[in-house]
Amino acid sequence: MATKSLREISLDGLWNNNPALVQLLGLCPLLAVTGSVVNALGLGLATMMVLTGSNFSVSLIRNHVPEAVRLPAFVMIIASFVTVAELVMQAFTYELYEVLGIFIPLIVTNCAILGRADAFACKNPLLPSVLDGFMMALGFTLVLVVLGGMREILGQGVIFSNMQLLFGADAVHWKIELVKDYPDFLFAILPPGAFMAMGILIALKNVIDDRMKQKAEAKKAPVEAGSKRVRVTGKIS
Amino acid sequence: MGLLTLSSPHTHGPNSTSKVMANVVLATLPGLAVMTWFFGWGSLINVLFASLVALASEAAVLLIRKRPVSFFLKDNSALVTGVLLGLALPPFAPFWVTLVATAFAVVFSKQMYGGIGNNPFNPAMVGYALVLVSFPVQMTTAWALSTQMSGSSILGFGDTLQVIFAGHSTLADAYSGATPLDAYKHLIGKNTADTVLAEATFNGWLNGGWEWVNMAFLAGGLYLLARRIITWQIPLAMLLSLSLCSLIFGWDEDMYTPLSLHLLSGATMLGAFFIATDPVSASTTPTGKLIYGAGTGILLYVIRTWGSYPDAVAFSVLLMNFAAPFIDAYTQPRSYGHQKARRGLPEKN
Repeated sequence: MATKSLREISLDGLWNNNPALVQLLGLCPLLAVTGSVVNALGLGLATMMVLTGSNFSVSLIRNHVPEAVRLPAFVMIIASFVTVAELVMQAFTYELYEVLGIFIPLIVTNCAILGRADAFACKNPLLPSVLDGFMMALGFTLVLVVLGGMREILGQGVIFSNMQLLFGADAVHWKIELVKDYPDFLFAILPPGAFMAMGILIALKNVIDDRMKQKAEAKKAPVEAGSKRVRVTGKIS
Repeated sequence: MGLLTLSSPHTHGPNSTSKVMANVVLATLPGLAVMTWFFGWGSLINVLFASLVALASEAAVLLIRKRPVSFFLKDNSALVTGVLLGLALPPFAPFWVTLVATAFAVVFSKQMYGGIGNNPFNPAMVGYALVLVSFPVQMTTAWALSTQMSGSSILGFGDTLQVIFAGHSTLADAYSGATPLDAYKHLIGKNTADTVLAEATFNGWLNGGWEWVNMAFLAGGLYLLARRIITWQIPLAMLLSLSLCSLIFGWDEDMYTPLSLHLLSGATMLGAFFIATDPVSASTTPTGKLIYGAGTGILLYVIRTWGSYPDAVAFSVLLMNFAAPFIDAYTQPRSYGHQKARRGLPEKN
């Protein structure tokens, strides 16, 4: 397997191979808890901790675990880290832990995590694996937060509400009320709104990718004015 | 000169999309007129406003998609979406409910799938379901009462405008209330049919209000049938299955909503003739249409009776929209002079 540079690994996690926007992994928590920024951020950080930790451990033991039992071993590692994340959240952000409820233990079933362990960490040395785990999780978290923001604004007309659950009492004042007397738009708060917002994000990413590709092509191949006769056909898009 | 002799073919196609859609709008007018007569200006204002929003959002999306604007606006399909939504929404619904429903219907459930002819779901009903799920308070309390039901004359035009656009909802308090379907369903749990029908909501039942609205939509539907814009299968199957369900399960009017209320209240006729018959999202084969209509009627009864919503045209039509391609795949008719058509999904090799 060709080794990727650290820069490529980072770009893959954040954009090109983003677990949420491209691989479409971990959709269950993605759609279920992104009702507000604080929920999204809380779950994102927990996932980040688990994914970085599991990639770290899997990479360490990659030469000692037989091929046949690798998946159970990975699941054990991931489950341990999820338990740790759960305990940490219980200790420091108990209210948020209550709000997120079942979705914290369910991180263990997030296929993005097992996917990275099997596809990357068990084939690569320590540093790239840790970076991959971190960047993938960062990409996931960013999508979660953007989605949470969109749904919070659309659903309740506010943003950054209840941030004190994660950042302590001072964060009460972070809440910004964008529209006065906003009637709750339940659609955005309920899961269907998450699907829709997710679709819009994916579409946006594809549009941006297309634009970048076109620009790159335009740069790469300057049109030669010259002797050759070229048959020009329109580009069908 | 005598008779002109033209060569064949002698058939011609007088029905362009634009004409069909214009006829649909025309056929809703009796219903709209009756609604305005009994329930006040709310529906009329809603229809006009929703049509405007529908046309504007269609134009906006077409501009973004770089498609010819006037060409697609002229096919009147956005207008129909707007008109149907305006008729379906509660007369005193705040303007932003209509705005959200209509814009979402046109932009998300029609144009995002590729415009007219490509939408798997009935756009108007997607918009309706969206606001019904999102704004339950506005969607259940903003129904107008007819003069017979409230005992007072209808709310004036200016006041209605204020209720809808300026949010003076208290102005409409004396003129709004639960629909008969809603009231019956909630009251019958603790009362007998006689005491329920003595309630104010049922004052003048079969005498003023909802049943005339439904009759007017029935008349409009018959006009569409006569012009062969819709076929008889879907409305007939839908009304028959709804009636059958009601006779089998709801024969006891001390326990369930009676048949007359099912047929002549709520959006039954509007749904049967104008909404379930949407040529794009409904089933298209003759047998398929029967199945599609019957399914819609059964779902309508099931949700009305055992679901938590008083009326269910939107949900039952949307659920059957899901099934329409599947139904069509299994009901392909044999065309004359040809072998039996292949039924079912194509086999994979």
